[in-house]
Amino acid sequence: MSTGRVKISGARNFLAHTPGFVRYGSKPTREIEANPAAEAEILAGLRSYEQAAAYLPNIAYLGGVSPDDMWDSEQPWFNENGVHARRHPYGEMMPEDEFIGVMKASDDFDLLWLEEEFNDEVRQKLADHPYWSEDDLGNLDKGVPLDQIKDQVGPSSGNLPLYRQDGQLIGVVNRAHDLDASLFADVLLENLATKAAAVMAVKTLLGDLDVEPGSIPYIINCGEEAVGDRYQRGGGNLAKAVGELCGCVAATGSDVKAFCCGPNHAIAIGASLVYSGLFERVLVVGGCSLAKLGMKYQGHLNNEMPIIEDVLAGSAILLEKQDGSGAVIRLDSIGVHPVGAGSAQAKIMEELVSKPLAKLGLRFQDVDKYATELHNPEVTEPSGSGNVPQLNYNLIAALAVRSGQIERSEMPAFARQHGMPGFAPTQGHIASAIPFLPHAIEEVSKGNMNRVMFLAKGSLFLGRMTQLSDGLSFIVEADG
Amino acid sequence: MDLKGKKVIALGERDGIQGESIGKVAISAGAEVVLEVTHCFV
Repeated sequence: MSTGRVKISGARNFLAHTPGFVRYGSKPTREIEANPAAEAEILAGLRSYEQAAAYLPNIAYLGGVSPDDMWDSEQPWFNENGVHARRHPYGEMMPEDEFIGVMKASDDFDLLWLEEEFNDEVRQKLADHPYWSEDDLGNLDKGVPLDQIKDQVGPSSGNLPLYRQDGQLIGVVNRAHDLDASLFADVLLENLATKAAAVMAVKTLLGDLDVEPGSIPYIINCGEEAVGDRYQRGGGNLAKAVGELCGCVAATGSDVKAFCCGPNHAIAIGASLVYSGLFERVLVVGGCSLAKLGMKYQGHLNNEMPIIEDVLAGSAILLEKQDGSGAVIRLDSIGVHPVGAGSAQAKIMEELVSKPLAKLGLRFQDVDKYATELHNPEVTEPSGSGNVPQLNYNLIAALAVRSGQIERSEMPAFARQHGMPGFAPTQGHIASAIPFLPHAIEEVSKGNMNRVMFLAKGSLFLGRMTQLSDGLSFIVEADG
Repeated sequence: MDLKGKKVIALGERDGIQGESIGKVAISAGAEVVLEVTHCFV
């Protein structure tokens, strides 16, 4: 296996607060269909933009605080209504109206109609955004009269009305086909949102790093959403569509799919493409999972919480040739979960953590931080799904005990020192390991950390084609 | 709990205990596993 290093030049995260879309998450959609009264319950449980922007896990995701800073912050975090800022070092929290504007800018087939006044309002806001210009906003030249939108949203139309959080009708997503379920309005809404979140993550990354979009030769999209029609559901290459809107005129690309560990696979493949010399730089990007909005809303409402699965997320990562500075991914550190390994958790973790460490002659304690499934526990615990990062850290600590590197009594301290609180929104692939990448790049580059391991798992069994799980890990270190 | 002769539905979770593991334990205790499934709740 290669002993090469590839620079991770930068990573950026993106959030959009989209309370109006919560009703279109998979779980809320099903519940509203079964019981229309559920819609009012959901609407009453939504947060304001200011509350979402002041929410500590969201701030950590965008780099306003370090995840470690959250250890000593008393829960519940959703009760905090402190300072809210739109922009943080690793990205922004975009308000819903502007995000819908980005979706319209991403819409090459006039699927999304925006009401005239709303259209003009968001067009102006995007024109004022640091990473958008008038030239990008041709799709928002002219909105649609409200009466025309109302005509489109009848109960049997197959189209989806879009509302502001206060219930005002501001647009409609039209289906692109009357018989092809892959082009129905709900699928197109999901895919347009994914494209828009990915575009925002890329624009933020390239803008912050001052990288010319035309210098990107290859893009890998690692999102889980299925773009295609009935003859090729999930056909994909959203990567190229994202690159087009971001001005990456010299790029081609492809999609890498592996459920939640797609981003780790994409980073490993992208790093290999750079190390081989085939491409000088590779951009890895993942958009949001709209279907997961409000996935655990019942648990939140039952516990008298606001619905905190109200944000869509995106991530973008730039890989380049090693230049002796910053953070690098070690290609000799990549851990994989082979077909023959079985799907027991301990076995998966052995493959992803113990084996790569042993191969490199490292001890468990030599890794400053393990970035694993970083789902915010405040989202998952009220519905009985537990604290996912903590479960993973307990297992890593147990493997360290089994290998004789720490004492059993040291497990809690190990898990706290080498782990971190979950801070990522439950957005599928977005929450697996990569939320910590921008933090790690900064800490490693400053010399505050020597080594961070990123390990992600994928639930392949959900697609009913295999009982297998999947996983991939890698280590990021300082260069030189 | 005596599981001998009982029918068991093994519902596992990806980041916790998988259905397969629960099923094996139940079988070793003399139960019959009638459904075994693992879910991902995130």
